[in-house]
Amino acid sequence: MKFRFQRKYFSIPYIIFLSLFVVIPIGLIIYYAFSDSTGMLSIEAARKFFSDTTKLDVILVSLFVAIQTTLICLLIGYPLAYFLASKKYNKNAVLIMLFIMPMWINFVLRTTATRDILFAINLTGGNSPYLATLIGMVYNYLPFVILPLYTTMLKLDHSQMEAAADLGANPAQVFIKSVIPQSVPGIISAITMTLVPVMSSYVISDALSEGNVTLIGNSIYINFANYQWNNGSFTAFVLLIVVLVSMFMTRNVNKQENARGGLW
Amino acid sequence: MVKKILANCYIYLILLVMYLPILVLIAFSFSTNDTIVLGEGGFTPGFDLYVNLFTNTAVAREIWTAMGNTLIIAIIAAVVAVVLGTLGAIGVFYSKKRTKVVVETMTQIPVANAEIVIALSLTVMFVFLGTYIFHAKLFSFWTLLIGHVVLALPFVYLSVKPKLQQMDPNLYEAALDLGAKPSQGLIKVIIPQIMPGIFSGFLLSITLSLDDYIVTEFTRGAGLLSGDAAIETLSTYIQTSLKKHTVPPELRPLTLVIFLTVLLIIIGVIVYRAQKGKTKTRKAVLDR
Repeated sequence: MKFRFQRKYFSIPYIIFLSLFVVIPIGLIIYYAFSDSTGMLSIEAARKFFSDTTKLDVILVSLFVAIQTTLICLLIGYPLAYFLASKKYNKNAVLIMLFIMPMWINFVLRTTATRDILFAINLTGGNSPYLATLIGMVYNYLPFVILPLYTTMLKLDHSQMEAAADLGANPAQVFIKSVIPQSVPGIISAITMTLVPVMSSYVISDALSEGNVTLIGNSIYINFANYQWNNGSFTAFVLLIVVLVSMFMTRNVNKQENARGGLW
Repeated sequence: MVKKILANCYIYLILLVMYLPILVLIAFSFSTNDTIVLGEGGFTPGFDLYVNLFTNTAVAREIWTAMGNTLIIAIIAAVVAVVLGTLGAIGVFYSKKRTKVVVETMTQIPVANAEIVIALSLTVMFVFLGTYIFHAKLFSFWTLLIGHVVLALPFVYLSVKPKLQQMDPNLYEAALDLGAKPSQGLIKVIIPQIMPGIFSGFLLSITLSLDDYIVTEFTRGAGLLSGDAAIETLSTYIQTSLKKHTVPPELRPLTLVIFLTVLLIIIGVIVYRAQKGKTKTRKAVLDR
């Protein structure tokens, strides 16, 4: 039988690449998470993870920073995206570019800049590590929140809002009952853009708190730097579960809302 | 009216706060002081930092080596990701539903996954392969490249996919009927129609690669402009100096250079897209 080329064969290198460098590595992480240093299957790492109070502290602090960052970014970003997308307030389409431009400047460099300016007003990792970390996170993730919110706000159904107003809703009611429900997809993707990335970030917390705030990312990094592969892998595995759950929960949200994907 | 003024005040206030650190850094690039101190005596005007950055000083060599590595990796990784991702998207587009679902899920993993888990899983695999199979240290330019391609690849796929869905499926069939080989059909019919998606995938890959720290730190080895030392990119270079508390003040003029470059590229892309939009409408008018 003669081999006949079909267009679907174009995807073979792509599938091989993803299998080799995405799927298999994750399989290895799971293997290391459930084995001991001799390579035998064991739940030692899991037991250590759940009995170690410093690890639980790390998770609580990470959750705290992540939730606070997300909330602050949403509080700042939501009205901003609304104003930017509304023709009533803003006719300048280049303005949104300015808000997402920091995403193109190397983020370690930006973090250094934030650190320098916080240092200049005597807010350092030494005297207030938590606050410094939080400010750094908000600085870094604000553009990632603004972009998906803005994209959603552009698609707001204005006739629905006008109809609500005509039928007697006051501006606050229009906002709560029409604008917010319509922008839920944007809010969800803004949350996915911040929550897990903040929890697992390494550079920002390391640089701004001068090592005084340890997030999950820092903890995994420290584990691996000290050759505690099994413990580090188990923490990574926990993070992976969080990612999978959030993937599952947001599976119905339009994927194009992803801020990184919308960058260009 | 008052509302509009308030809204604009809010917009510009946030914009100012957002850019404050970068602007201060740029302002202090024209100062000769080693540290940034706001207030009296903190600012001594001078172009010393620019002179240092653009002459053959040790710091300048380190910075430009890091910059060079960063750019080389970004471009190579983006090219590889664009080729693999575009072909992948085309192939999957013509595959059965079941293959589609599997590949889409595989594509979503690196998008949603934490960067540190991606980085770590790759390191674990490279060490595993190096210890048990190749009996050699694998970390090199190639492992770094693989890491960056993993980061960028799904985004190329995701930017090409919608363009395939918008494509006119009859054109390819027509080309084949008129005697084109499948490869010609691909190059002359499919690729031109999905070009905007490929282009944004390319830019996105470059952005992701330039910005990356954690994957670079975990997968790099010796090579490129760093020679026998571990490859230093801008991110790893700055992070290392942050740790050692030796952040060179020459990074301030570099910030201005990067800022202006980014600004130029963005303006370029905006102008290019506006132009293309114009020719498109003009064509549409002529066609009628």
